[in-house]
Order: sequence, then C-alpha cells, then structure tokens
Amino acid sequence: MTILTADLVPSSRRFDRRWSIPVVLVAWWLVWRFGFGTHNLPNGGPTFIQDWFLRIRNAADAGRDSSPLFIYFFNPIAKTTGSVISSMMSLTTNLGWTGITGIASAISLWVAGWRHGLLTAVGFISFGVLGLEAESMQTLVQIIVAVFLSLLIGIPLGVWAGVSNGFSRVVTPVLDIMQILPTFAYLPLITLFFLIGPASGTIATMIYAIPPAIRLTAAGIREVSTATVEASESLGATKWQRLTDVQLPMAKRTIVLGVNQTMMAALSMITIAALIAAPGLGASVISALIKLDVGAAFNAGLAIVCMAIVFDRVTTAASVRTERASRAGGAASQRTRLLRYGAGIGLIALGVILPGINRSLATFPDRWVHGTRNPVNSVANWTQLHWYGATSWLTTTVTHWLIDPLQSLLSNTPWPVVVLGLALLAYFVGGLRPAIVTAGCLMGAILMGLWPSSMTTLASVLIGALFTMIIGIGFGVWLGRSRMADQLIRPILDAGQVMPPFVYLVPCLALFGATRFTGIVAALVYASPAVIKIVAEGIRSVPANTTESAISSGSNSWQTIVKVQLPMARGMLLVALNQGIIFVLAMVVVGGLVGAGGLGFDVVNGFAQSVFAGTGLAAGLAIVFLGIMLDRITQSAGRSRRTTD
Amino acid sequence: MRRMASLRAAALLACTGVLLAACAGTSNTAASTPATSSSAKPCGTVNIADNPWVGYEADVAVVSYLLKTKLGCTVNISKIDEQVSWQGFGTGQVDVILENWGHADLVTKYITTQKVAQDFGSQGNQGIIGWYVPAWMATKYPDITNWQNLNKYSSLFVTSESGGKGQLLDGDPSYVTNDAALITGLKLNYKVVVGGSEAALIKSLQTATQQTKALLFYFYEPQWALANLKVARVTLPPYTAGCDANPKSMACDYPPYPLNKVVRVAWANSGSPAVNLVQNFKWTNDDQNKVAEMIANENMTDDQAAQKWVDANPTVWKAWFAGTGLTP
Amino acid sequence: MNVEPEPAISVRGLWKVFGPHPERIVGSPEAELSRADLREQTGCTAAVRDVNFDVAPGEVFVVMGLSGSGKSTLVRCLTRLVEPTAGQITFEGEDIVAADQARLRELRRHRFSMVFQHFGLLPHRKVIDNVAYGLEVRGMNKADRHARAHEVVELVGLQGYEQAYPDQLSGGMQQRVGLARALAVDPDLLFFDEPFSALDPLIRRGMQDEVLRLHHEVKKTMIFITHDLSEALKLGDRILIMRDGAAVQLGRPDELVGAPADDYVADFTRDVPKSHVLTLRWIARPPVVGEPLDGPELPATTIIRDAIRDVMHATAPVKVMSNGQLLGLVDHEDVLRVIAGEPQPVSV
Repeated sequence: MTILTADLVPSSRRFDRRWSIPVVLVAWWLVWRFGFGTHNLPNGGPTFIQDWFLRIRNAADAGRDSSPLFIYFFNPIAKTTGSVISSMMSLTTNLGWTGITGIASAISLWVAGWRHGLLTAVGFISFGVLGLEAESMQTLVQIIVAVFLSLLIGIPLGVWAGVSNGFSRVVTPVLDIMQILPTFAYLPLITLFFLIGPASGTIATMIYAIPPAIRLTAAGIREVSTATVEASESLGATKWQRLTDVQLPMAKRTIVLGVNQTMMAALSMITIAALIAAPGLGASVISALIKLDVGAAFNAGLAIVCMAIVFDRVTTAASVRTERASRAGGAASQRTRLLRYGAGIGLIALGVILPGINRSLATFPDRWVHGTRNPVNSVANWTQLHWYGATSWLTTTVTHWLIDPLQSLLSNTPWPVVVLGLALLAYFVGGLRPAIVTAGCLMGAILMGLWPSSMTTLASVLIGALFTMIIGIGFGVWLGRSRMADQLIRPILDAGQVMPPFVYLVPCLALFGATRFTGIVAALVYASPAVIKIVAEGIRSVPANTTESAISSGSNSWQTIVKVQLPMARGMLLVALNQGIIFVLAMVVVGGLVGAGGLGFDVVNGFAQSVFAGTGLAAGLAIVFLGIMLDRITQSAGRSRRTTD
Repeated sequence: MRRMASLRAAALLACTGVLLAACAGTSNTAASTPATSSSAKPCGTVNIADNPWVGYEADVAVVSYLLKTKLGCTVNISKIDEQVSWQGFGTGQVDVILENWGHADLVTKYITTQKVAQDFGSQGNQGIIGWYVPAWMATKYPDITNWQNLNKYSSLFVTSESGGKGQLLDGDPSYVTNDAALITGLKLNYKVVVGGSEAALIKSLQTATQQTKALLFYFYEPQWALANLKVARVTLPPYTAGCDANPKSMACDYPPYPLNKVVRVAWANSGSPAVNLVQNFKWTNDDQNKVAEMIANENMTDDQAAQKWVDANPTVWKAWFAGTGLTP
Repeated sequence: MNVEPEPAISVRGLWKVFGPHPERIVGSPEAELSRADLREQTGCTAAVRDVNFDVAPGEVFVVMGLSGSGKSTLVRCLTRLVEPTAGQITFEGEDIVAADQARLRELRRHRFSMVFQHFGLLPHRKVIDNVAYGLEVRGMNKADRHARAHEVVELVGLQGYEQAYPDQLSGGMQQRVGLARALAVDPDLLFFDEPFSALDPLIRRGMQDEVLRLHHEVKKTMIFITHDLSEALKLGDRILIMRDGAAVQLGRPDELVGAPADDYVADFTRDVPKSHVLTLRWIARPPVVGEPLDGPELPATTIIRDAIRDVMHATAPVKVMSNGQLLGLVDHEDVLRVIAGEPQPVSV
C-alpha cells in the first residue's frame, strides 16, 4: 500500500524517494530471509503494564463500597442515569406505539420538513412490523439519553477545542483513544464503576459517541472564515461576543452534522452495550447470535438500520435547513410554517389520544407483524450450502498468498528490524514526524507485552485495508460516475454501515470458517461502505470540464478513470484509505470472535476471564497504538502530497 | 420570526402537557399482580444473571418461570457475561448464577477473599469437556475416536490456520481448556486454533456436518446444538487425580465438571423462599438440552419453553420446593 | 515652530516575524539576512521588517506591494489584529503597542475600523444588522443602532437592501455593506485591506470613486492596502511601496513615477502613463540659449496631461512657474517625449 501511494506522486522532489520504499522493503525481506525467527519477542514479554492494569481493576473491585470516589461520584451518576432511563422507558410504554410515532414524526416535520416527517413515521412503524416494537423503544430511549448527554458534554468541549489550540492538542489523542480503544477492553471496568444495566450501557456508548461531537464542533468553529472573525475582532468584539455572534452561528451546520455523527456512533454501540445487560435491539441481536439464528439477528439488525436511517436523514436535512434558513431568513412562507406546526401538533395529539381511548391501541397490532427471520434464514442456508466450495477456496488462496507471507514478514523478522523498517517507510511516505510516531507506537506495542499478537493483527489490518480499497475504488468509481448506480447502491451501503457486525458474524463463519480471513471479510463488510462513499465523492468532485476535456481528446472510459478521475481524486483516495484502515481496525475485536486471533482475541479473552483483564486492556491499547500509527502515516501522506502540488 | 418562535414554544408546551397527561393517566396499570397461590413467605426480588449460552438460558427460563408463577417473585434477568456476573455479587446487582463452570480465579476473589458470594451446590448438570469429531468421520474412520490414531489422520485436519499441522479448533476463551498442553503431552502433530466464540465452534460443526468436512474440535455438554448435530467423542487417556498438574504438558482427559450454583451471601441470608428453590434446583443434562432445544430450534420464548417442560416434568421440579413453605 | 500637524498615526521600527522565538531575530545580525536565508537558517519569516512612516490627519495613505510583501500583515499590526514583534505605533499620541486588551477593544470600538478583502460579513444576519454590528458590540440599544445604520446604509447607496441577507447581494454590494459597517462606528481612522481586489474591474472602479467621494464627505484618515498600482495612484495622497516586508519607497504618486527609488519600483511604474501622474515640474528644463521666453505661464503642479493643450497651442515654450519663480521651460517636444514614454532626464 505504501508503494501504491508513493506511485501516485509524480513530483520531482519525490522522484528519488520513490525508489527508497522498494529498497526498504527488499532490505527487510532479505533480513527476514536470513534472520528468520530470531530475536523475536514472545507474547507476554514485558507484562508489567498488564499486571498494573489488573491491579487497578482489582483495587476498584475491592474498594467500591468504601471509596468516596464511588460513594459520591460513580454511584450517583449510575443511579441518576439509570432512573432517568427507566422513567423514560415507562413513559414510552405509556405513550404506546402511536404516541411515540406521532411525536417522532412531528419533531422531524418541524426540524426537517414534510418528507422527513413521513420518513420518520414509516421508520417508526417498521419497528412494529418487524415485531420489535418494545425492543426498539428501549433502544430509542437509551440512544436519546446517551446522545443528549454526549452533546451536553461534547459541544462545550468542542467549542473549547475550537478556540484553543492548546486544549485541542491535549484533547485530540484522548479522542483517538476513546474512538479506537475497543469497547470490549473496558466493558468489565465500566460495569465495575457504573454497575450492570442501562446506565453502564449509556456510559459505554457515550465514550464512543462524544468524540465526534467534540471533533465536529471544533472543526465547525475553526472553519468559520477568518475574515469574519477578524472583522468582528476589528470592531472590538469580546471573545464571548465573537463566539456567540460569529463562531457559533456560522458553525451551526457543522455542529448539527456532529449531532448526526454522534447519533450514528451511539447506534453502533447498542449491541455491545447489550453484553452488559442494556436491554433493547442489541439484546435481541446477541440472543439470536448465541442461537446462531441468522434470521432473527438480521431482523433486529434491520430495525437498527431503520432507526439509523431515520436519524441520519432527519439530522442531515435539519443541518441543510439550518444553513438555508440562516442565510435566506427562512424561505418558507408564514402559511406553510403554520401548517407545519399545526400538522405536527395534530399528529402528536392523535398519537397520544388513540391509546387513551382504547388501551389495546397502545400495542402494535399482531396481524401487522411481518418479521424477516424465516426468509433470511432460508437464504442464509441456501447460500451456505451452495457457496461453501468457492468461499473455502478463496479463504485458502488468500491466506496462502497474502496473509501468511505478510504475517511471516512481520512476525518472523527480528523486532528491531520491523520497527526500523516501518519507521523508514513512514518517513518516506510522510516525513520525520510520522516516522517518530510509528517507532513510538511500535515500542508501545512492545511495552504492552503483545508484540506477536500486534504483528498478527497488523498483517490482517493491512490486508483488510488493501481489499477495502480495491472494493472501495471499484464501486466508488462506478457510483461516482453513475447517478443511477448511486441511488441503487447507497441504501445498501447505509445498511452495511449500521448493521451490527454480530449480525453477519455467523454467515461469515458459515462461509469462511473460523479463520483469519473471516475476520478480514467481516471487516470488509463493515469498512467498505464508508470507503466506497468517500471514493465516489472524490470522483464526483473532479471538475466536469476536466473530465470533458479528457473525453473530447479521445480518452475512452478506462483512460478517463485511470488518467484523469482517479489521479485528481487522490486526496479523497487517501482520506478513504485512512478511514478504511480505522474502520478495519475497529473490527479487530470482532475478528477475535471468529478465529482471527491476534489482539482481537486477547481483548475477547480479557473480557471473558478476569485473570486476563489486564491483558485485555493492554491489547486494547496496543490496538490504539496501531491505529494512531496507521492514521498518522496515511494522514501525513495526504499532507505531504498537498504541499508538493 | 418572533411570532413563529412563540408559536413553537406553545407547541412544545402543548406536547409536554399531553405527555404528562398520558403518563399520569396510565402509569398505574403497568404494575403486575403476582399469581401467588398459598401461604408462602414473601419472595421479593431475585436478580439472576443470564450468561450468553443457550443451556444457561434454559436454566434461567425454568427457574425464573417457577419463581414468578409459583412464588410470586419479581425476577430481574441481566444478560451478562460470566466475569461481569461475578462482579455483580460485589455490587449487589446479581443474586444468582445458575450454572458456573469452574472459574477458580473468580471463586478466590469473590468467595474466599471478598466473601460476597457463596457456593450453593451442584445444579445437577455435568460439564463434559472433550475433543470431538462430526459423526460422519467416526463412521468413515472408525479408529479416529482413539487419540493414538490422531497423528495418522492429522493431514485431514490441515487448514489455512494450522500451519501444515492438524487443526484443533477451540472456542470461547471463557471455557476451561488444556488443549495446548494436551497436544504437547500427547505428542500430537496438531495446533490449537482459537475460534474465539461458541458461535465459531457450533458453526464450524454445522459446516463440517453439512459439507462433510473434517473437523477436530473442543466441545462440551450439556449443549443444545447436539440435538441436531451428531458428534463422536475422541477418547483421551483417562483422568487421574493430579494428572493435569503441569500446565505446559499433560496427557489425560478433562475431568467431568460438576456445574454449580453461586449466590450472593446477603441474598442467601434474606429468608426468601426463592433461596430454597435455587438451592434445591437440580436437573440433568437431558432436561437442560430439551429446554435449550425448544428455545434455540423451535423458536419458543423462554417462558413458553419453560412452561412446556414444567408441564411435562412435575416430579423433577416439585422437589425443588422443599423448605419454601409451599407445596405445589 | 513645527508647521506639520501632529500625525494621526506614527510608526517607528515596526517588525513582525513569524516563527519560533521571533523576538530574537530583531536587532540580531540575522535581521539583515534575505527572507529566504532567514527562513532557511532560523525557520522564521519576517513579514514586516523595520517599517517607519507617519500618516497625517485626513490623508489617504496607500500601502502597496505584491502578495507576500507584508502589506496585509502591516495593516493588521497597526490595529494589533496581529501582534507586532517590535516597534512603536503611536495613534494620536497614544502607544498602541502598550495598550491592554480592554483599551484595545475600546479603540477598535470607537476609533478604528477596517474593511476586509473578503468582506467578513455575518451570513446569518441581515444587511442592517451587519452594518449595526459594531454598534451592537459597543452595547448600543437596538433602536439607536438601527437609526445610525440606516444613515450609513444610505451614505453607501444601499437603501432598499436593509432586510436582505449578504448571500443575496452581489460582491460589490456586499463590500458596500462592509464599508457601511466600518463607517457606522464613526471612526477616526479607516483601514482598507485590499477591499476591492475580489471585485470585477468595472465595479472596482465604481467603488474607488465611492471611496474618494466618501473621503471628500467625511474627511476620515484612511490607510489603504492594495496590490494594484493604478488604484494606489488614483486614491493615494502618499504611497508606501513594500517588498519582502520592507519599505522600498514612500512618496507622492508623481515622486514614485518620476523618481523611482530602485529598479523594483521603476519596474512597477514602467507601464504607468507618466503624463497622467507627473507634473510640469518633472519635465521643466532650463532655457536653451536663444529660446523665446514670452510663452504662457503654467504652475509647476499642473499635471502634464492637463497642460498638453496649452503647450501645443502656444507659439513659444511654456514657462513653468513655482511661487512666482521661473522653474524652467516646456515645449512640444518635451511633452511628446513624455507621452511617447521615453526615459526622462530627472530634474530637481
């Protein structure tokens, strides 16, 4: 991959460097060839960090009844969150499905318009149709609470990070850790601090959902045009006036996008939260998973997808409307606005009154329920029966030709050579800083005492990222060039992004067995949609006149793609690569559940056995190190490219 | 603009009002009425951990069904992992674990050291851990079920993960395993590959059965999946006390695991009749497999499956009520 | 006694260096390095280096230079939107560099205001609220500030657009809003940072005329940044030319064109039609022996272009007079030579 990105650079300053990357690789290969298997670190080399984590965990466990930290801090938080959630849950039960649907549709109608009001109504009714009305409501309540609290914390911190470079520097690595550290690694700890149940689920969710709120708020504040900020400053505005008059109003749209991302992040956590007794759709997925019931898992996953699509579309539309409304002063006329408000109130009143008239209307009518369990199970069984030959051939081939060689290169070369080699590659791709970060992160993995696991995982992640890019570019180009393809495929991509991985874990196992490749396939399902979207966006952003001029000079489609569109979209391609790696990395733990071994298994093991809790946390941190390393390398590749343009 | 803003505020107010009305009007109806029959002591609330495998779910289904319907208990079921369940003894959120597979470390921490939990005796199931092959292999290679012949067949079990050796597939890391030490001790040309989850094991077994593929795997009973999938157990050298002392190398089978119940000390002393029932709860692998099979394969809810089993096996569960003050 | 009035703003030894530890550069030998060398050796960039000038009250003072010459940084230093690294800035006797944040805000609210290249309008506010923003920041109540804003809106010719949003206006109109916002606070000193360079040439010319008209009406001191020489010549009473952060030449338009300080300035001004800028003073020559001295008289400050008719119609060379003294003569050929763009012998 490093070779691939370097080849994209035709600039003269980089020309001589182009050879340096193959040279490093060849040298590395030679060391591997002749120094095979020597100077390797075993798993559990230095284990003092793992032991230390375990001691902390045990101290927390022992001290939770006596420590004032628990009595005055953690316990009240857990209790308050828990009681808020349970009272909201009883409220949803009392409102009945009509009440909830009415309220949700009315809110969408107000913030996003007629079409999205309708979409919300359809989405909420679909929960009942799938036979998961109660579970969906439980999930909805937890998501609302988690998102509300995340925004309450995230937006002010984001504003701070937006106006203060110092704070931004401090908070960025913390956010990286919050986003990359696998939830599995700290889930037992959370229940230790915040007790078992929805409160812990909410807090686990918040850890993952706050970062996008902070990041996007900060980005929104920072991208406010300097001219406007300067203008307000030149008129003698105080910092507070600048913030409230200029920065916040102008960042509103990006902040609403942050709300969107926070919601999506929260939704992606619900199956994991179910492992610590958070009720709802996640619990349905887990319960289906242990029975290997693909259909039931898919059914619950579909409800999650519906909820995600409603959230996503409504907040996106709301963000566009905020922008439009703030710029044109509200294009809609008084009459249509009045109509909208009236209709919303009507919807709510209807929804709430119906179950009041007849209590039986509060529950979703049974004869409207049409779950997807049985048809999905039939399809899954048929696929498993008939595709297995092809898929097992694919597993063997990819493992033999790609995974094994790369893993051997990483695992069986003396570790100092691996550190040096990767740091050199980082240097030639992005410069000194990423090289230092790379070396530092690898030393971190060594410090965690998990070198072999880290190398196994790194190999899988690199190959996963490679496949993700191949799929991403293939489909992305197609979608970027064809509106129709885009409209056809996009809903599937949306579904792929929010469908909980536990849903497709069993089908993946069925087709590919308990192997490292299965972990990669699961990662592909999860990471490809985002990558495809980014690539398509990149292709679409190539100016039409450039493409036209290529076509008018006689390029065929292939030439246009390869010589014009892809090179011009290379900035976006690098973003796609970066995101692809991060997404693949997020699936390392899921890989640990299907035979991929490595750090993922260490994390799962730490979750399962308390003696390995320290190791699990250390493995989680090792994943963070790999993540930061790969992120900084790909980001710097993007930057150094831009400066040479 | 201002007019619209106040309109919006009015709308929100109206909604809140409606919501509150809805809330106040119906919140009382949600409370359930227990179906207590006779003179039993009040039961109160029982918090049962529900660990993520179907056999355990069967335990919970039957016990909670009886607690709810016969003793009028309020039962909270937490779907959590084993480690988290034990933590619950400390936080007071878990009263009962119905099926404990060993966990010496957790026993030390919570029973011996913190003294928040206590062993509540066998629940009747025997955990049988061992090495298995799908039934078709035992038919085709009759001598494969003896460990001494495993090396002869190792080439059958080579996979992309096993590096040229035969693969021995392990599952969920929370289960006890000595497999790596066994391979060393028995000098087998095999490698342990960790599937990472029970799902990985069962799915591999399904595939191996359906596609007649070779598979050697670590497995255990009671196990609902065995209702549909036929397997043969590989005989290992018999277990003798202390033969598994060396964690690096051993050459004997797993001992049978008597599965036990673990409860929170404070709850055990609460005097609730539920304590007696849990203490008396005892059934066979066969019982559990039956209920688990109904839950997993017949798409019954836990309560439906429990009810069906309860109706069919009154002699088994009636004995559990000794000491509760209730004779059903 | 000093006849010069006290300068509105006075700048002495002003430096702005970007980079690590910028203060060590000023006064060190490294300060003498060229910009590229300085960057290579210290990682610092000197955006403004040792600039000195005074601006008289009511004057239009233009700072001109190519992009990267430091002119925008210079003007930001004057209001401390950018903190100067070293030097003195005195505004009506007050040391601006020493002012604390509160005093600075006070000055910005009441004494200075600025017009920006990219307008810097608030897209979520109507024109009237954009114009009134400076007054709002001061804490003026809504009725008063809207009344004042209406006056200024009218002054810049935006009446009828008060309720529009910036995005609904053309670039030229948006800059009128920017101008109105700056005028609304009734400042003593107006800064313009390349205000018209984002506009179309035709609109740009209109806006320049607008500034001249406003200057005539409100008599404000203005400091005007531009990279466009013709704009500088048109607007400036005096012009400061900057290159690589340093002042190259300071003078009246005719001084720059007539007597460029170095090749850089000469290169800059080469394409300027000299007859439009230079006065007769620049081409008056001593009489040649035997030349008739009975031609018509013209003052030395007459721009050549305006004298062409007289010179051409006169039968004898025109006498160039300054304070009643004969400065020299100008005949047909002298004028034609200027128009033909030939190099001029520099007099004075």
